[in-house]
Amino acid sequence: MGNVLAFCEFSGSTLRSSALANIAFARDAATAHGGEVIALLIGPGAAAAGAAAAKYAPKVITVEDGKLEHYLAETYAPILARLAKENNATVVSATATSLGKDVMPRTAALLDAGMASDISKMDGKTAFVRPILAGNAYSKVEISTPIITVTVRQSEFEPAGELGSAGTVSAAPAGEINALGAAFDHIDAQKSDRPDLGDAKVVVSGGRGMKTGENFKVLEQLADLLGAAMGASRAATDAGMVPADWQVGQTGKIVAPNLYFAVAISGAIQHLAGMKGSKTIVAINKNKDEPIFQVADYGVVADWEKAIPELIAEIKKVKASR
Amino acid sequence: MKILVPVKRVPDPTQKAKIKDGHIDLTGASWIVNTFDEYAVETALRLSENGEAASRIAGSEIVVVSIGPDDAAKEIRTTLAMGADRAIHVVANDSEIDSLVVVKVLAAIIAAEKPDLVVMGKQAVDGDANQVGQMLAGKLGWPQATFAASIELKDKSLVVGREVDGGVEYKRVPTPAVVTVDLRIVAPKAVQNGTTPASFAYSGEGARLPSLKGIMAAKKKPLDVKKLADYGASPAPVIKELSVTLPPPRPPGQIVADIPTLVKKLAEEAKVL
Repeated sequence: MGNVLAFCEFSGSTLRSSALANIAFARDAATAHGGEVIALLIGPGAAAAGAAAAKYAPKVITVEDGKLEHYLAETYAPILARLAKENNATVVSATATSLGKDVMPRTAALLDAGMASDISKMDGKTAFVRPILAGNAYSKVEISTPIITVTVRQSEFEPAGELGSAGTVSAAPAGEINALGAAFDHIDAQKSDRPDLGDAKVVVSGGRGMKTGENFKVLEQLADLLGAAMGASRAATDAGMVPADWQVGQTGKIVAPNLYFAVAISGAIQHLAGMKGSKTIVAINKNKDEPIFQVADYGVVADWEKAIPELIAEIKKVKASR
Repeated sequence: MKILVPVKRVPDPTQKAKIKDGHIDLTGASWIVNTFDEYAVETALRLSENGEAASRIAGSEIVVVSIGPDDAAKEIRTTLAMGADRAIHVVANDSEIDSLVVVKVLAAIIAAEKPDLVVMGKQAVDGDANQVGQMLAGKLGWPQATFAASIELKDKSLVVGREVDGGVEYKRVPTPAVVTVDLRIVAPKAVQNGTTPASFAYSGEGARLPSLKGIMAAKKKPLDVKKLADYGASPAPVIKELSVTLPPPRPPGQIVADIPTLVKKLAEEAKVL
């Protein structure tokens, strides 16, 4: 018997879509462990977002404190660890966002808990399936510590639906807060009206062959026509053509949209690891021998300069005919 | 400044994954220093030198630690050839260790070595777990700065540019601290140590290659060989790999003649428009 403490990220008064993947996992885990899902929200506005979380979890705990203005692993991990113990949790989980990946291993160390990172599936009570070797293999691992920590790959779990009746919300004290001298300074945020890469239904990515950041504008036109998120290969982000957080790949974002456009991307293993779970993959590249064509459902051997404006025009035609 | 760099050797990721008896078959595999750890060694070097003058800062020291089988000594020598000063090799087989065992050993080494900073890769490209740096910081009670794309060292504290969802977050941490590095840490001006002139740009081609001189020097650098038991750790992993499977291959796709055909197929066949 044990509960599942699901750390949930929120924005304003709603849960982030990434949190719904974690709750979906937490429900499976709670069934396997014979306990209940406890959603944990930490930080400014947690109490206000509690009601939104209670639509998905039978129990919600919120923690707010003036000293928790900005996320820091140093202050959040002790709260997670303490509340895990106080609430008899045998599983502590987060979505594998940059925040989840930062805080959960630290929490695991505080709990002497084994951890399974970026899992795609739970198998029984203590075994988890997770991608290794850039997604070229799946490893099933068993964890034998009394408390198990997990991060969940968002694209592998269907977002949880709402419960029939709302759960209870309670506030917990933050306890002693010690940032160990660490402090948030500032963030250079990439502002965009486009959907998040992690949950976009369509992604348009460009690679080294785009040559300059300026050339990405035409891909952005295609993205905006389709309501898509923008992505890029490591070659393009490393060259500074586009922001680093556009990178799709083993070391960037893992995406699995319905439709993925790979434009002027060769298809290095690194990149394929981040997008080969996509339902339909379209590759446009002038070199027919590039490995990207081996994973693409549809390939067009063409220069992007010519192909993309034509693609935009053709899609407009299809949309206009409906 | 004394910097400790934990490194892992990994199978060369360009090799095709093969399965034998339910696990990855590493017979005849070729091995490399995990790319992120190689970048961590490069980061430690950039923090410890005047890049323009190609000279080391007096009193700086870089200690590499690796936990792995006997023949990992080769990859450890590679980091010494790059310019690290000495190394500790804790001999253990993969089946004897997991992230918690590794953290226990590293914490014991850090208690003895008392470095000012730990710099390591954000993840190993074989296991892709991305755990050890954060766990180590938690175990030591040190601050952490993960996914570093830039580091500015000033008066024994750091401002680290972290790659996060939605942008770059700048975090201040005092030393001692654990920093895990992301790919862009090897950009030409990503590491500023207050000694290398800010105008100086590194090549941007990744980690430096060992020079012939560096390779010769590495043969004489100290490499201590230790056992898990030397650090109070037992070969008792709590994370056990049960089996490994390969994902089913994607069904073969088709090359279509032109853009109008593509759009027609996306609309009518794949029904995704």
